[in-house]
Amino acid sequence: MAYRRRQTIRSVITAAISTLCVGLLLGFTIVNAPGWDRVQARFFDAEVAWRYLPAILKGLWLNVRLLVFCAIGALALGLAIALVRTLRPSVFFPLRVLATSYTYVFRGAPLIIVLYLFVFGVPGLRLQGTPSVLVLGGIALVITYSAYLAEVFRAGIESVHPSQRAAARSLGLTYRQTMRYVVLPQAVRRVAPPILNDLVALQKDVGLISLAGPVDAIRAAQIGTAETFDYTPYVVAGVLFVLLAIPLVAVTDAVTVRAARRQSAEGAW
Amino acid sequence: MVTGPGPLRESGAVNEASTVDAASTVEEKPTPVLECRSVRKVFRGTTVLDGLNLTVAEHDVVVLIGASGSGKSTLLRCINLLETVDDGDILLDGEEITDPRVNPDKVRQRIGIVFQAFNLFPHLSVLDNITLAPRRVHGKSRAEAEEQAYAWLDRVGLRSHAKEYPDRLSGGQQQRVAIVRALVNNPRLLLLDEVTSALDPQLVGEVLATIRDLRDAGTTMIIATHEMSFARRVADRVCFLDGGSIVEEGPPEQVLGDPQLPRTRAFLQQVTSLRDGSPGGAAAVGSGERP
Repeated sequence: MAYRRRQTIRSVITAAISTLCVGLLLGFTIVNAPGWDRVQARFFDAEVAWRYLPAILKGLWLNVRLLVFCAIGALALGLAIALVRTLRPSVFFPLRVLATSYTYVFRGAPLIIVLYLFVFGVPGLRLQGTPSVLVLGGIALVITYSAYLAEVFRAGIESVHPSQRAAARSLGLTYRQTMRYVVLPQAVRRVAPPILNDLVALQKDVGLISLAGPVDAIRAAQIGTAETFDYTPYVVAGVLFVLLAIPLVAVTDAVTVRAARRQSAEGAW
Repeated sequence: MVTGPGPLRESGAVNEASTVDAASTVEEKPTPVLECRSVRKVFRGTTVLDGLNLTVAEHDVVVLIGASGSGKSTLLRCINLLETVDDGDILLDGEEITDPRVNPDKVRQRIGIVFQAFNLFPHLSVLDNITLAPRRVHGKSRAEAEEQAYAWLDRVGLRSHAKEYPDRLSGGQQQRVAIVRALVNNPRLLLLDEVTSALDPQLVGEVLATIRDLRDAGTTMIIATHEMSFARRVADRVCFLDGGSIVEEGPPEQVLGDPQLPRTRAFLQQVTSLRDGSPGGAAAVGSGERP
């Protein structure tokens, strides 16, 4: 007992010392680099950071709102596409082909190109009632991410054993009811970790909307950089994005751990 | 275990009325609950059911025996329209359910099936497993469905497990929940597909006791099983399947005790030698019943 405790204490101390050494070495190397003074002035200027923080925060609020709408849209569309892709009857063959091509095209197409097509191409058509660039950019994000999410949902749906469907149908439940009450609840629980992971990626990519012009956090940082010839605003925006991601990442990890535990419990039984 | 008239009796009364109606028009013979006429099913070139005929009357308990792959499970899945037959007709209460114009969901509402692997819904509690179909298919209120579910759980001795999830129950308990889940919808016909094959030997007894209890209540059942001693005790009629059709059928004493065909004899010898018991094998069920 005492021996084991000593071992634990020793390993904790070793880890702490090792981390400290690596940290010191890294810090020492960077601070003593020949160009450190200039980098510090251009990237880590506290005065510039403080000056542009309000504008960047204001922009970040736009990112957050956009994220919420895009996440809801991409989840809904992704689920719909997954449901279409898993329809069995041959009548739905054309629909299935459409859904499948959709996932092929938009998982393959670089997001930035889809974004350009929507925010610059669609307004170019000069159609009546063309929505704002912000909405068009959001649509591009939803389209790209729903293609990924659709595949994750589909994997989940197909992971539910056919005997579960058989049991549900044998009770007289229709196809829709079987999906709604038996298959989807199990499927979504199983793929919750990868879904959340995709949402973390989406959270970063909403920043790309800045390419289209709306003043989000990154656009605000860009303006700041242009005014001061100083990259500090970008660093500020980057740090804010990381802070924004932490809760979602933490939730993702917690859900993953819980899912893993449940799976091993099922296996044990 | 049966206390008072359960839902089965009620459905029985309704059925008798309907069969009387039928009888008045179609001579004396009442319409059988189930009739299979020359049913054929082919899976990728393999003929699993080959012109099978079977008639099941009200309150009949028919036991299907036969080697693995003889078509027992396929027949049950065809009756429940989980598989489509390639040829032949299946009639439920005189209605041809293999007609492609028939809505299979409506047919399945009248037939219950219990599977070898229980197939309970792991994300739902025992109570929700049982009330899902009554609420979503039969349009009952939650309160009504739950009251009914509790009555059934009482009957199989599982009321205290109502709020638990299936993975907390033993195999025998899960299978009894699965039986209740099928029966709570008052099916005309209950299909049991090797319901004890996935259970530990000491859990078999409790499930078989539940089935005997249903038999005594008059449930019409088709049972596919490898438990010969149980077949002997519960069956009105035993059907031996071989090569996709029923080659010998009759009362259990005859088919199991004095089989006429060499094929049947060979099969029974194999089964009983596997169980290292007497030909009756009553020991298997007897010991299973003790806790």
